Amino acid sequence: MQNVYLGIVLAPLFGAIIAGLFGRKIGRAGAHWVTIMGVAIAFLLSLVVLRHHVMQGAEPYNGTVYTWMVIEGIRLEVGFLVDSLTAVMITTVTFVSLMVHIYTIGYMHDDDGYQRFFCYIALFTFAMLMLVMSNNFLQLFFGWEGVGLVSYLLIGFWFKRESAIFASLKAFLVNRVGDFGFLLGIAAVLMAFNSIDYADVFAAAPLMADMTIQIIPGVDWSLMTVICILLFIGAMGKSAQVPLHVWLPDSMEGPTPISALIHAATMVTAGIFMVARMSPLFELSPTALSFVLVIGSITALFMGFLGIIQNDIKRVIAYSTLSQLGYMTVALGVSAYSVAIFHLMTHAFFKALLFLGAGSVIIAMHHEQDIRKMGGLWKYMPITWFTFLLGTLALVGTPGFAGFYSKDSILEAVHFSHVPGAGFAYLAVMLGVFVTSFYSFRLYFIVFHGKERMDHHTQEHLHETPAVVTVPLMLLAIPSVVIGALTIEPMLFGDMFARSIFVLPEYNVLEHLKEHFHGAISFALHGLTGLPFILVLAGLGSSYYLYMVRPDLPGQIQQRLSVLYDIMNRKYLFDEFYQSFFMRGSRSLGTALWKYADAGVIDGLLVNGTARLVGWVASVTRCLQTGYLYTYAFAMIIGLLILLTWFVTR
Amino acid sequence: MNFVAPDFMPVLPELLVLTMACLVLVIDVFLEQRQRHITYGLAQLTLVGAALLTLVTYAQAPVTTMFGHYIKDAMGDLLKLFIYLATAVVFLYSRDYLKQRDLFKGEYYVLGLFGVLGMMIMVSAHSLLSVYLGLELLSLSLYALVVTDRDSPVASEAAMKYFVLGSLASGMLLYGISMIYGATGSVDLQVVADAVAVQGKDNLVLVFGLVFLVVGLSFKLGAVPFHMWLPDVYQGAPTSVTLYIGSAPKLAAFALVMRILVEGLGALQDDWHQMLIILSALSIALGNLAALMQSNIKRMLAYSTISHVGFLLLGILSGTPEGYAAAMFYTIVYVLMAVGAFGVIIMLSRAGFEAENIDDFKGLNDRSPWLAFLMMMIMMSMAGVPFLVGFYAKWVVLQAIINVGLVWLALLGVLFSVIGAFYYLRVIKCMYFDKPEQSGEPITLSMDTEIAISANGLLVVVLGLYPTALMDVVRSGLLN
Repeated sequence: MQNVYLGIVLAPLFGAIIAGLFGRKIGRAGAHWVTIMGVAIAFLLSLVVLRHHVMQGAEPYNGTVYTWMVIEGIRLEVGFLVDSLTAVMITTVTFVSLMVHIYTIGYMHDDDGYQRFFCYIALFTFAMLMLVMSNNFLQLFFGWEGVGLVSYLLIGFWFKRESAIFASLKAFLVNRVGDFGFLLGIAAVLMAFNSIDYADVFAAAPLMADMTIQIIPGVDWSLMTVICILLFIGAMGKSAQVPLHVWLPDSMEGPTPISALIHAATMVTAGIFMVARMSPLFELSPTALSFVLVIGSITALFMGFLGIIQNDIKRVIAYSTLSQLGYMTVALGVSAYSVAIFHLMTHAFFKALLFLGAGSVIIAMHHEQDIRKMGGLWKYMPITWFTFLLGTLALVGTPGFAGFYSKDSILEAVHFSHVPGAGFAYLAVMLGVFVTSFYSFRLYFIVFHGKERMDHHTQEHLHETPAVVTVPLMLLAIPSVVIGALTIEPMLFGDMFARSIFVLPEYNVLEHLKEHFHGAISFALHGLTGLPFILVLAGLGSSYYLYMVRPDLPGQIQQRLSVLYDIMNRKYLFDEFYQSFFMRGSRSLGTALWKYADAGVIDGLLVNGTARLVGWVASVTRCLQTGYLYTYAFAMIIGLLILLTWFVTR
Repeated sequence: MNFVAPDFMPVLPELLVLTMACLVLVIDVFLEQRQRHITYGLAQLTLVGAALLTLVTYAQAPVTTMFGHYIKDAMGDLLKLFIYLATAVVFLYSRDYLKQRDLFKGEYYVLGLFGVLGMMIMVSAHSLLSVYLGLELLSLSLYALVVTDRDSPVASEAAMKYFVLGSLASGMLLYGISMIYGATGSVDLQVVADAVAVQGKDNLVLVFGLVFLVVGLSFKLGAVPFHMWLPDVYQGAPTSVTLYIGSAPKLAAFALVMRILVEGLGALQDDWHQMLIILSALSIALGNLAALMQSNIKRMLAYSTISHVGFLLLGILSGTPEGYAAAMFYTIVYVLMAVGAFGVIIMLSRAGFEAENIDDFKGLNDRSPWLAFLMMMIMMSMAGVPFLVGFYAKWVVLQAIINVGLVWLALLGVLFSVIGAFYYLRVIKCMYFDKPEQSGEPITLSMDTEIAISANGLLVVVLGLYPTALMDVVRSGLLN
C-alpha cells in the first residue's frame, strides 16, 4: 500500500511541477490535462485507500518514507499515518479538487495566468494531502505552511489589483499569528515528549495528563492545556475562528474556484482535522475543550449574522463558511470529533457546490458580484439554479439532505454535553440554524427570483454556462444530497474512527445519540418535527416575506437600526481595531527601529564603522609589506625574539 | 660493525620517483621541443606508478626502516596519495599555460618530481635528519622553479627573496635541531619523544630548540610573522609554479608539523600550544585583513593562504585526535580549493596575457559561464559558505578548539572569516555583475583540463554535502 500512498501525494505534485515549470511549453491544454490527470490519479488511488481502510477495515498504516535527519534522538521524517480518518479526508479533498480543476477550465478560460493557476491548485492539493497524511508534527507543519503559501499566492492571483494584494497580505499575516501559536504548540510537544511522532506522543500523553508547567513563575498551568490551546490557536488561524477570522471574507478576492476549493471545502478545514487528529491530547484537557467550544459557538452565531447584510454573492457564502466552521469547532469542543469530521465532509461538498454555483452566476453576469444587480436568474440558467437550490437546502439542514444529518448531529451532541459552556453553545448553534436559513434563502431569492435588476446589455447575454462548469455542479450536487444519509451510520455510530479518534467515556456524547438513532430515514422523519426544522422554516418564511413580498422592508429596518447595522457592516470593528492597533503600532515600531537602530547604530556605527576600521588596519598592514628583503628578515628575527623572550621570562 | 641492508620495501614509491626523476632528466635532453609532451607523459606516469605502489603497499601498521629514519604509516601513505593527486592535477592545469609561454621544458617536470620526492620524505620522516633532508630537497626545487622564467625580473626578485629567507629559516630549523640533539642525544623522533617525556619542560635547552623548530616550520607554512615571502613569491612566480607551491607542499608541511610537534615533542605540548595560539591568531587576523586590500588575485590568494594556515594551526593546537583529524581535513580541503582557484586563474591566462588582477575576472560569466560557476563555488567554499566543503572544514576545526575551551579563539576565527568573506565575494561580484574591461573572447580549454577543473569544482560541492566520506578517510589515516 505504501506505493499507493506515495502515488496519491506525488501525482498532484508532478502535475504542479510540469504545469509550473514547463507551462509555456505545454500550453494551456497541456497544463490542464497534466494537472487534472494528476489529481484524478490521486482521487482514484484515494478510493482504493478508502476501500482498503474503511470497507475492509484494514489496520492503520504508520510508516516512514524518508528520514531527513536525526538530531539528538529526534527523528525528522516524512511519513504517512493512514487510517479511516485520513482515508475520508483524502477522498474528500481529491474529489472536490478534481471537480474544481475541471470547473477551472471554464472559469479561467480567458485568463492570462491559466497555467500558473493550474500549477497552484495542483500544488495546493499536494500540500493538503501531505498535511492530512502526515504521521508527525513536522510534516503536519510543512503541509500547514504549504497550503498557507498557496492560499496566499491564489488570493493575490490577480496581483495587479490593489485589493487582492491587500487581501493576500492580510491572510498571510493573520495566519502568521495562528502559526506562531501552532509552532509554540509543536515546540511544547517536543519539549514535553521529546518526540514529534504522533504515535509516540499519543502513547505517552495519558502519563502527562497531570503534569504542570510554569510559564509565568509561580503560576502552575496544566501542560496538556497549554499544548492544546497553543495548537488550537494555530487551528483558529487556519480555520478562521474568531478573532482570527478576518482574513477569510477578504480572501474572496481570489478567483472563485479557489474560494470553493481552498477557502471553503478543504484548507480551512485543516484546523478541524488537526484537532480531531489530536483528540488523544485534547481529551486530557477539559479547559482546552471548553475554550474550543466557546470560540466555536461565538464564530458560529456571530459570523452568521454578518452574512445577512452582505451584498456580494461570494461574501455571503464566505460568512456562511465561517459560521459552518464554527459549527465544526463546536462539535470538537463537545468531544464529538467524528461529528465534526462528518460535517466537514458534507460541508465540503455543498459549500463547494454553492461557491461553484456562485461562480457560474458570476460568469453569466460578466463578473458582476453584487446581488442587488441580479434577480430572476432561474429561467436563464436552469442547471445552476437547481443545483444551487439543492446546495442551499443542504446548507440550511433540510431533513434528508446531507447538511441535515451532520448539523442535527452537532445540535444533539451539544445538547447532551456537560462541558462548561455547553449551555451557551447550544443556544448559539440553535439560533444559528435560523440565521443560516435566513441568509441562505435571502441570497437564493435575491439572485434567482424576484425582479430582474441587471442592465439591459447583461440581460441580453444571459445564458447557461458551458458544460465544464455545469458538470462539476451536477457531480457535486449528488453527494450534497445523499452523502449524509449514506454515511451517518458508519461514521458516527460504527467503529470506523475507533482507531483514529480517542474519546474519554465521560465525554462520549455519541453514546447518547446512538441510543436515539434508528436508521437514517427515521432520523430524517424525526427531524421534520424537531425544533431545528421549525427554525429553518422560520428563516425561509421571514426571508421570503422580507425579500419577495415586501422588498421595501429591509431598507426601513436598516434605517431604524442604523447603529446596529453600522457595527455589523464594519464587521464588529475587528478590522479597525487590528489596523489601528497592530498595523499602525508595528509600523511605527518598525520605523523607529529602522531609523535609530538600523540606520543609526547598525549601518552607521557597526557596518560602516567596522568597514572603516578594517580598511584602516588593512592599509597599515599593507605598508608593513615593503617589498625589501631586510624588512622581511627583520620581521622574522623579531618574531623569533618575541617567542624566545615569552618562554624565557615565563 | 656490520652493515645490514635496510628493508627497501616500504620506500619503493620514493625509489620509483627518484629513479624516474633522474630518467626524465636524461631522456629530456635528447628530446626535440615538439616531443616535449613525452616528458609530460612520463612525469604523469611516475605519479600514477607511485600512487599504485603506495596503494598496493598501503600501511596496515607503522613500519620503520632505513635505520629508524623513515616510517611508513597510514597517515603518511594517505597524504602521499593526495600529494600525487594534487601534483598530477597541477601538471595538467599548467601544461597549456607553459606551452603558450615557451616554458614547456623538462626542468619544470624534473624539479616538480624532485619536489614530490622531498615531500614524500618529509611525510615519512622519522628523524630530524630526514626531516631536514626532505625539506631542503623540496625547498631547493621550489627556489629553482620560481625562477624558471629567468628573463622575468619579478620572478628573479621573488626567487631571490624566497631563497634568502628560506635559508634563514633553514638555519633556524637546523639550530633548533642541534639543540634538541644536544638535549636528548638523538635525532630519532622516537628516542627524542622518550627523552623529552623524561626531561619535561624544565630543560631550557629543549624549550629553546622548540622555539627555533616552530619558527622554521612556521616559515614553511607561512604563518605570521614568518609569512612575508609568501605574497611576493605567489605573485612573482609564473602561475604554474604558484599553483605548485600553493598545493601539495601544504600537505607535506602539515605532515612535518605532525611529525615534529606531535610525535617528537608531544610532551612539550603546553609550550607549543601557546606558540601556535599566537601564530594562528595573528595569521587569521593579518591574512584576512591584508587580503582585503589586494587588487592582484594571486597576491590576494596568498594572503588568503595565510589565513587558512591559521585555521590549520587551530586544529593542531587543540592537541586532541579530533583536532588533528580536523586539521588534516582542512589541509586536504584547502589544497582542493587552492588548486581549483589557481587553476581557473591559469585557464584565464593566454599567450602574452596574465590574468592576475581581480579586474581580469570581470564579466567572466559572459565569457565562460561554467568556469565562472566553478570559481564561484570555490570562492564561496573558501569563504566558508554553508553546504560547501570549506564550511565543514572550518566547522570541525572550530569545534575541536571549542572542545578544549578556547572559545575566544574560535570567535576570533569566525569574526575574521566574516571579514574575509568580503574579498572572496568581490571576485564573484566581478565575475557576475561587472562588464569586462576589454572584450575577451570565450575561453577554450582542452578536454582533459575541462574535465579536471569541472571535477575539481564539483568536488567542492559534493564533499560539502557528504563531508563524512572524506572525514572517514582522514580518521582512518590518523588512527594507526
